[in-house]
Amino acid sequence: MVLSASDKSHVKAVFSKIGGQAEEYGSETLERMFAAYPQTKTYFPHFDLGKGSAHVKAHGKKVAAALVEAANHIDDIAGALSKLSDLHAQKLRVDPVNFKLLGQCFLVVVASHQPALLTPEVHASLDKFLCAVGTVLTAKYR
Amino acid sequence: MVHWSAEEKQLIAGLWAKVNVEECGAEALARLLIVYPWTQRFFASFGNLSGPTAIVGNPKVRAHGKKVLTSFGDAIKNLDNLKVTYSKLSELHCDKLHVDPENFRLLGDILIIVLAAHFTKDFTPTCQATWQKLVGVVAHALAHKYH
Repeated sequence: MVLSASDKSHVKAVFSKIGGQAEEYGSETLERMFAAYPQTKTYFPHFDLGKGSAHVKAHGKKVAAALVEAANHIDDIAGALSKLSDLHAQKLRVDPVNFKLLGQCFLVVVASHQPALLTPEVHASLDKFLCAVGTVLTAKYR
Repeated sequence: MVHWSAEEKQLIAGLWAKVNVEECGAEALARLLIVYPWTQRFFASFGNLSGPTAIVGNPKVRAHGKKVLTSFGDAIKNLDNLKVTYSKLSELHCDKLHVDPENFRLLGDILIIVLAAHFTKDFTPTCQATWQKLVGVVAHALAHKYH
């Protein structure tokens, strides 16, 4: 799956619009993921996952920063996320199915905060982008 | 059998009461065909699906979207009896339509995003969680008679 020029431009536009709220979107994405897909909590036994958790806020910020980084280097996501990819392969080993769940929740956050932004075309591009990120992060698993 | 708490039933019924089935159904199906273009394989008879604008404006897509979401409404009315309610529909999707059940999951996820865009902050994490459970259960019921 390849990101076309228009996919890239849609993704950049989304992250440009999100701007400084990326951190907040990141935390809300995690909050939604833990609520909708409780099995994802198994990767965070060391976190307080209660409402307003500082752990979730901090981690949401990291997740958002990675997505922003990928969007800013959209021509070479593998390069931009190489270290993160190593981390997921060697240490975190999050089962690949979970990246789709995170992606779904991120789309829901964007949809609920910026419905006008998420036209069908932008939705398609963002979904592709999130898949690409997941693919990069699991690329070195075996 | 799936258990639904009183809160979950309320979150489902409460939101559903405000859904415009025709609009929402049309949008969900159109987005399915746009975001996951391989799903167009089931709709060769629908005419022009050449791009997002064509798909969104296609009257057959709109009509079929309404049909699909109306059926979803039947599921909501029969939450405690879903497998039986969807028994014939499941057989149809397997034997006549030959639809891979993965497509039900894809449509379910798209529906969630359409609802999120429509209801914005009212589509809380708890609300989403309930609806993700619902679309999962509906997809499972539709796949139940596959053989």
